[in-house]
Amino acid sequence: MNAIDVRAITKRFGTFTAVNQISFAVERGEVFGLLGPNGAGKSTLIRMLTTLVLPTEGTAFVDGADIVRDPNAVRRAIGVIPQAMTSDLELSAEENLLIFAKLYGVPRDKRKRLIADLLAAVELTQWADKPVKQLSGGMRRRVEIARGLVHEPRIFFLDEPTTGLDPVSRTAVWEMLRKIKSERDLTILLTTHYMDEADKLCDRIAIVDHGELKALDSPMRLKATVPGQNTLDASFSGAPYDWRARLERLPGVEHVSEDGPVFRLTSNSGPATTMALMAAASEAGVTVDSLGVQSTSLDDVFVHYTGHQLRDALQEPSAADRHIMLRR
Amino acid sequence: MLIVMSLIMPIVQLVVLGYAFGGTVKHLKVGVVDQDRGVPAVRLRALAGAVAVNARTFELIEYHDVGVAVQALRDGRLNGVLTIPPGFSRRVLAKDEPHVALIEDNTDGFVSGTLAGTVASLVGSYNLPAASAQRVLTTTSLDVVEVYPYVPYIQYLLPGSIVMSIFMMVMIGGGIIFIDDKARGLHEGYLVTPISRLELILGFTISGAIKAVLAGLVLMTIGMLIAGVPNPFEPLRMLRLLCVILVTAMALVSMMFLLMVRMNDPLLPRAMFGVLNTLLYFPSGAVYPQQAFPQWMRAIAICDPFTYAVHALKSLVLKNTGFGAIGFDLLYLIIFTAVSMTAATLLFKRTL
Repeated sequence: MNAIDVRAITKRFGTFTAVNQISFAVERGEVFGLLGPNGAGKSTLIRMLTTLVLPTEGTAFVDGADIVRDPNAVRRAIGVIPQAMTSDLELSAEENLLIFAKLYGVPRDKRKRLIADLLAAVELTQWADKPVKQLSGGMRRRVEIARGLVHEPRIFFLDEPTTGLDPVSRTAVWEMLRKIKSERDLTILLTTHYMDEADKLCDRIAIVDHGELKALDSPMRLKATVPGQNTLDASFSGAPYDWRARLERLPGVEHVSEDGPVFRLTSNSGPATTMALMAAASEAGVTVDSLGVQSTSLDDVFVHYTGHQLRDALQEPSAADRHIMLRR
Repeated sequence: MLIVMSLIMPIVQLVVLGYAFGGTVKHLKVGVVDQDRGVPAVRLRALAGAVAVNARTFELIEYHDVGVAVQALRDGRLNGVLTIPPGFSRRVLAKDEPHVALIEDNTDGFVSGTLAGTVASLVGSYNLPAASAQRVLTTTSLDVVEVYPYVPYIQYLLPGSIVMSIFMMVMIGGGIIFIDDKARGLHEGYLVTPISRLELILGFTISGAIKAVLAGLVLMTIGMLIAGVPNPFEPLRMLRLLCVILVTAMALVSMMFLLMVRMNDPLLPRAMFGVLNTLLYFPSGAVYPQQAFPQWMRAIAICDPFTYAVHALKSLVLKNTGFGAIGFDLLYLIIFTAVSMTAATLLFKRTL
């Protein structure tokens, strides 16, 4: 049995289709990422899977339970970290965990040990009695991660776990998640609009854009499907008028684009193209001013499948941002 | 939208306050005990009947026994009792200083002032010679008896302030926190846990009610000392007051929850605050007797839970009555709570 089994799920708000006929399955023990810009439908999807929003059509099975017919069974099996920071600021880290342990009906004798273990796992033991409002954003996130695990769920949902955190805190959260995952039998589904987060954390990634599933595979394989495995950015002085055409004929080159003085070559063989490029330049008497060689990133994958840059899409504000604005 | 919201409050306040103060007190309930039944007594009752029919300052209710009438007065069913003593007719005819007495509930200065004034002028016109009268005049005098110690206005206001403190806490500690937590996404955290709808609603209401009861008790204690209520900490009265405060808090919390259950915009409860405050507080009779209100405002007052809370607290604080005088108030507030809670529960969504 899969941990999560999504079957042609659709959510419409009036005439707007937020999620359109999405199907996928998440295996047990997997870290699965939903990658897409704000407004892509990631949060709506995760809210349907966590029983917060009812689907318009289709359904999903989480830990074998139908999210529409048996939401309480789903709720018992899952831990959820919503996008907004939802820990109670007036209470201490420990009290926040205690309340949720009670809400989930964790037996009294188990509570104390579980809470101590989890606070240790997120490295907040010495902050346990401090009110949450005294903690930094990254630490609050860690309190919430611990809170989401207080009833020992089998499946863990995280909606943009590191949005709004500084780079150091983000890395700390990733480390925590990896460690927690390695210590227990846990399936993780997270949404993110950070490429590096998806790349570093996830076993498999689903690219979601405009409510539709565009691609689904491991980060490595997704990168491999994008034509040209390397990108060469080079600028030249003294280039002849047909220089672009000559670059296109170099071995391994699949595509050449120009941005002012910089030429971008996508190549299926980085080293061969680089060698040939240097040789062609010296032969034609062209000076290479700069040269950079990169492997394909998930950014390229995203552009390939959606036709636009993730960072462009990020400029569009979405409803989800309002929570963040309110919090500040 | 903002403009509309900021205009509603002053307009509502203008209209409500404009009609809440200074109206003519009417429709008071006056018991008449005629222990004489002679012709002069009948003539006096006929004059009183004329006032009841024309000016409508009061309505007359016949009693045969002074004790029963005074008990009704103490229970708050009457505003005053006009007694015509035995031997009144004989004294009138014998010109032997005839007296009538007005026993009045003096806990509402506006009501008792109006009543004493009207009855005094009534007796005055009784004393005027009729056109055909040939006999020598004798003057009937009116004795006004107040059944309670003097009530200064600050004591009169105190019950309203206690209810207001409960309302403020319900609004801030209940309504505003509820909507803010919702807007911050805190509710998402609860909604993904397996707790039931009923548990969620009870949690929200009881937390609000506990805070509101504490606010009411603190204001009651401080207020009784400030206003100088005689014998403020009498245990039995404290117990009855606690009951009224508890029931009032539940009624107001459930009303608030019903208003907020489908609301998402954190601005709305703040905008509603002033309007609700005006609409509930002033028509309740907390600052001026309801008998002076126009018809539409009395209609609001009949539904307004403040009315019953204020009435019950006034009975306890100013008259130190038992449960008998406040039973209907408690019943209304309990029914109000049950109806609002049921409606709120039906409207509450277990999803976002």
